[in-house]
Amino acid sequence: MEANPTGTRKPDVAASPSANDAAQANGPAKPDVLVTEDLKFWYGKMRALSGISLKIPQHEVMAIIGPSGCGKSTYLRCLNRMNDLIASARVEGRVIFDGEDIYARNVDPVQMRRRIGMVFQKPNPFPKSIYDNVAYGPKVNGYRGSMDDLVEHSLRQAALWDEVKDDLKKSGLELSGGQQQRLCIARALAVEPDVILMDEPCSALDPIATTRIEDLIRELRENYTIVIVTHNMQQAARVSDRTAFFMVDEQSSGTLVEVDETQRLFTAPSDQRTEDYITGRFG
Amino acid sequence: MTQDAATRWRPRIRRRNAIGRGFALLTIVSTLLGIAVLIALLIDVFGDGGAQVDGHFLTNYPSRFPEDAGLRSALLGTLWMLVLTAIIAFPLGVGAAVYLEEYAPNNWLTRFIQLNIANLAGVPSVVYGLLGLGLFVRWFALGRSLIAGAMTMALLILPLIIVASREAIRAVPDSQREASYALGATRWQTVFRTVLPAAGGGILTGTILALARAIGETAPLITIGALTFIAFDPTGPMDLFTVLPIQIFNWVSLPQREFHDLAAGGIVILLIVLLLANSIALFVRFRLQRRFD
Amino acid sequence: MLGARLTGRIPVAQDVNSSPGAPEVRSQFAPRRRRALIERGIHVVLFICAAASILTTAGIIFTLLGETLAFFREVPIIDFLTGTRWTPLFVSQSFGVLPLVNGTLVVALVAIVVAVPIGLMSAIFLSEYAPARVRAAVKPVLEVLAGIPTVVYGYFALLFVTPILRDIFPQTQVFNVLSAGIVMGFMILPMMASISEDALRVVPRALREGAFALGATKFQVTVRVVVPAALSGILAAIILSVSRAIGETMIVSIAAGLQPKVGFDLLSSMETMTAYIVQVSLGDTPQDTIEYRTLFAVGTLLFLMTFVMNILSDWIVRRYREVYE
Repeated sequence: MEANPTGTRKPDVAASPSANDAAQANGPAKPDVLVTEDLKFWYGKMRALSGISLKIPQHEVMAIIGPSGCGKSTYLRCLNRMNDLIASARVEGRVIFDGEDIYARNVDPVQMRRRIGMVFQKPNPFPKSIYDNVAYGPKVNGYRGSMDDLVEHSLRQAALWDEVKDDLKKSGLELSGGQQQRLCIARALAVEPDVILMDEPCSALDPIATTRIEDLIRELRENYTIVIVTHNMQQAARVSDRTAFFMVDEQSSGTLVEVDETQRLFTAPSDQRTEDYITGRFG
Repeated sequence: MTQDAATRWRPRIRRRNAIGRGFALLTIVSTLLGIAVLIALLIDVFGDGGAQVDGHFLTNYPSRFPEDAGLRSALLGTLWMLVLTAIIAFPLGVGAAVYLEEYAPNNWLTRFIQLNIANLAGVPSVVYGLLGLGLFVRWFALGRSLIAGAMTMALLILPLIIVASREAIRAVPDSQREASYALGATRWQTVFRTVLPAAGGGILTGTILALARAIGETAPLITIGALTFIAFDPTGPMDLFTVLPIQIFNWVSLPQREFHDLAAGGIVILLIVLLLANSIALFVRFRLQRRFD
Repeated sequence: MLGARLTGRIPVAQDVNSSPGAPEVRSQFAPRRRRALIERGIHVVLFICAAASILTTAGIIFTLLGETLAFFREVPIIDFLTGTRWTPLFVSQSFGVLPLVNGTLVVALVAIVVAVPIGLMSAIFLSEYAPARVRAAVKPVLEVLAGIPTVVYGYFALLFVTPILRDIFPQTQVFNVLSAGIVMGFMILPMMASISEDALRVVPRALREGAFALGATKFQVTVRVVVPAALSGILAAIILSVSRAIGETMIVSIAAGLQPKVGFDLLSSMETMTAYIVQVSLGDTPQDTIEYRTLFAVGTLLFLMTFVMNILSDWIVRRYREVYE
């Protein structure tokens, strides 16, 4: 069972060199899957993001950290146009995925969201059976293969299969918090996305469940590109290859301070504000 | 899962989007349908009845001759009914609401009372009519009088008043009560001088809306035997009576076209009365209910 | 200012406290024991107000039951519940209630067929699709629809809808079930829409987002996640609508006619339980006759049917709340 959907597509970015900044030039030359260019975002009149430019390389875990209110969740939700659902939201700039600006007129957000999955802060399984939770995405997206196989494969990938294989008909709401979150991950994997966005996926979980999810994230990196927002610096250090540090600027709008390989960002940040933050001097 | 992604997924995004648009349109059409019926109803009624409404229509008694017939006794009956119902239902309803919100212990009896009120709200109005017939008309021997009708109506709208008043009372912040208690006020003094004035807007609004409901009710009053033909002014609570909706019902039930138009005229008046009641309720809500926002 | 208006019943308390003849008055403040007594009295009065609702229910049950039991002493309950001829006002009396139940259910069915799909779609529009401003404008209009007296709907059914039906189906009788049912459907529609909308709106936003994130269209999110999640609330709304339709009186009295019969011909006249009660009430039926008691027997049946449905819908709503709270 080869479940790497990206294998069949050539990310276009192979053409554009990823040497956008010093940090990424030093890393292994992986193509960038998601690129945001000068991304700005408003809630009504309030600007929440001021010109974020960031490249997210393939099959890596990119962590986004920063004090609360720094726009990191807002940024994440721009990457699959989840903010479209908010009436007063407005976006400027570009988010390039698979060679296309996902905010371009001809791009259907629905089609794009299948390829950019999302896991939310609080586990949000549907009030349906475990099986139906996983099968929902494939069903709505017109999956033609064997549904049973896909459900099993997704649950195995999410390291949940062994715990639930005997009662797939049980309601997803009856699982524990950690299991629910893994169910939500399985649900996201079932539509075979290229990218998985995770919005503080462990913030509602206990330490043991958190560890399991973190292990899972490291495994998933083999086949998926993962962007994870976290308020927990240790978590970023544990699971990510690369870390982006966000802050609020003078207009209280989120801005990217620095992005680097995780190891380097935590040991030798190049920006004083990053250092202040990771050493706990503020935030 | 060895197949190629392109053959395993058939997103058919255009088709899905088309279905989505069709569905959205359907929801809009459904909503408009309800509104369209309302408009059709108003146009129909005002078209048929608008011409009927003049001074004579309001001051004449009903008559066998459509050109002489008027609403006088029905209007007066509705007015009497309104006042008597309010006198009975308002204190009872507010009292019950105050008890449940401010006094009631959390025990089975309180829960039973609450459940009971919720259920009463769902009892068909014609059943209240049977209650009024058996209890007030026959057993209390009040006959088919205004007071028997008003008591029946009061019981009918009691759940509405209680629910609205409880909501209004619950909206009063506890800090107000604590302030009052801290000054040495008793429970009743606190309720009466602090909570009720603060909740007054909501209570009055709810009561007016409940009374508006009573104005439009027909079935319970027919059941207790309110007459359809009254050619005198009611002068006291023990008098026989008719009300606007019963007069309308009476006219609709006659086969002649002329009486149907009279019914439409009666409906125009009834709707104006209801519009007035609702406007007053809106006004009260607007003026008195913003204290703790 | 408002307090003064509400005072009606209270001056008593103040009069007692300040009455010069009271011997216990030692200070300028009201004596404590008297104050406590008044407090207790008020407590009792308020309790009686609340208990009035129980008395109402008891009143309903005893009034209905008393006459109904008297009725069943003359007519076997089995004949009442299974008989298919209802002619209590004829010389050859027959007391089979099934024709009235049949009429009631057929009208209610028509009303439900109108109210449920339109109401549910309106609810979906208001909860999922309508911008806040549209919603704020539409909801009061639906409330107006709900506030129109039923006698007005009866007029509308008989004199607006029936003529249209007679144009389309010439065999339609002047009094017919279809017209009454359709109009009743629109009368119930606001309640159906409003309860369903509440049920849809409490579905957590996170569920919608979860479905959107999987690449579902808005239609798929609504129909495959939101509506199923709200299903018990919607079911409760449907049951309440049926209950309302069964208890509705004036529309059927005016527009559905007075022919008690078993059948399903929507274009013909049928009599419902409520219409029968009105029919007898309009006549001058003397007390303590069997005709008079039929009122209460039919009323009891009506009360039981609506009561069971109200309880059922209440139970469903309560169970369903546990899911998200």
